[in-house]
Amino acid sequence: MKVTVDEDKCCGAGQCVLIAPEVFDQREDDGIVILLEHEPGEGRHVAVREAAAVCPGAAIEVTDTE
Amino acid sequence: MSLDEQVLSYPIPSDAALEPPAEWAELRSKCPVAHVTLPSGDQATLLTRYEDVKRVLADPRFTRQLNAPDAARLSAEGDGVFSSEMAQIIPDGGDEHQHWRRLVGKWFTAKRMAALRPSMEQIAERLIDDMVKCGPPCDLKAGLGFPLPVYVICDMLGVPAADRERFSYWSDALLNLTRYSRAEMEAAQGEFFQYMSDHVATKRAEAGDDVLSELIAAGGPEDGGLTDLQILVTGMALLVAGHETTANMIGKMVSMLLADRSRWERLLADPSLIRTAVEEALRLDANSGFGLPRYLRDETEVSGTVLPRGTTVVCSMAAANRDESVFEGAAEMDLRRSPNAHLAFGVGAHSCLGQALARTELQVVLEVLLRRLPSLELAVPVEELERVEGLAVGGLRTVPVRW
Repeated sequence: MKVTVDEDKCCGAGQCVLIAPEVFDQREDDGIVILLEHEPGEGRHVAVREAAAVCPGAAIEVTDTE
Repeated sequence: MSLDEQVLSYPIPSDAALEPPAEWAELRSKCPVAHVTLPSGDQATLLTRYEDVKRVLADPRFTRQLNAPDAARLSAEGDGVFSSEMAQIIPDGGDEHQHWRRLVGKWFTAKRMAALRPSMEQIAERLIDDMVKCGPPCDLKAGLGFPLPVYVICDMLGVPAADRERFSYWSDALLNLTRYSRAEMEAAQGEFFQYMSDHVATKRAEAGDDVLSELIAAGGPEDGGLTDLQILVTGMALLVAGHETTANMIGKMVSMLLADRSRWERLLADPSLIRTAVEEALRLDANSGFGLPRYLRDETEVSGTVLPRGTTVVCSMAAANRDESVFEGAAEMDLRRSPNAHLAFGVGAHSCLGQALARTELQVVLEVLLRRLPSLELAVPVEELERVEGLAVGGLRTVPVRW
């Protein structure tokens, strides 16, 4: 799984951090998303997919890699 | 007469406090772009489908400000928070809005809210101690739901919680669309403005450990900060937003969980469901208030209907959140539902700035209640719960409980 984030779309809602704190964080100075893991391990896929699905800014994109 | 032919009065009343009006399902399936008459008598267009509501709310061309000459008025006595001059102080779109949003939003990140958890837990414990001293029965809204978010937001803004009666009145006057006369609303707004103006001046003289002091410390516009007036209005907006919203949601969430007590029991058996249960309560809140109005500066098409420029649209997030084409078993409360991309906080650049705060508060309240009062139940039949009428943000009058 590959994860990308779009900082321009991010509205700093923090849903991703609440759901998958190992993969996402927010910058101290403006609340915008920080991607901690670009290729998270399998154990985190469910949470990452949930975070992408509920992001109010649609700022998280997940692509599957084989 | 079908819904297509008649003009509905909006908001649409519901017979049961926790249930949606029957019209929602019919509107979604047969009349997703509906003509409605607002309390002011003006016409607007009501959207009830998930995809439509989401698209309009996320479209940066559409403004939340209803100050255009041809925009619909929500109520005859003025539109409170939606069209006040104050609402225009905070930038509405584009880079300026994003700048404001990021300056203020950094104080509401998930991590900062998580850091507030222990103090929220203490407040909840203390309030429940007081409930236990004087009950059962007890009104959960007055005892816990209302005071908790108020204490938290007062602390974040560095305003004394002792003044909370006044804040409650000002919030209500700004958010209630039908209860107050124009003169009363204007007087409340004036007093509130003066109070916050004095408060910001105090913080400027002596900084505290609070969001307003931090916004002042960031400097003026020339330093990348906000103007004095923007700081003041931001303070007012945060105080109002921190009041009625979560305060009412706590009572509604607990009522929904107790209305069918097997839900409460499932949470007692497995508290790891608290996070998804909170989201599901937010999704299913049939009494979330007015919805979000938008004024269309450009023509657009929604579900095959062309909406001309100058249309005022009302987005019903609560109706959209029950859209069967998006949520499986949409009318059912599924405490494990995931993902749950409900629209309770709106969506896009203007989605609720305080949503991590609200989520954290709702989760903490539920955790502490389950632990402290596991035998909690409604003290009246669910049919007797009554809605507060007229609020831009919906709530229940009281939430009588026993344990």
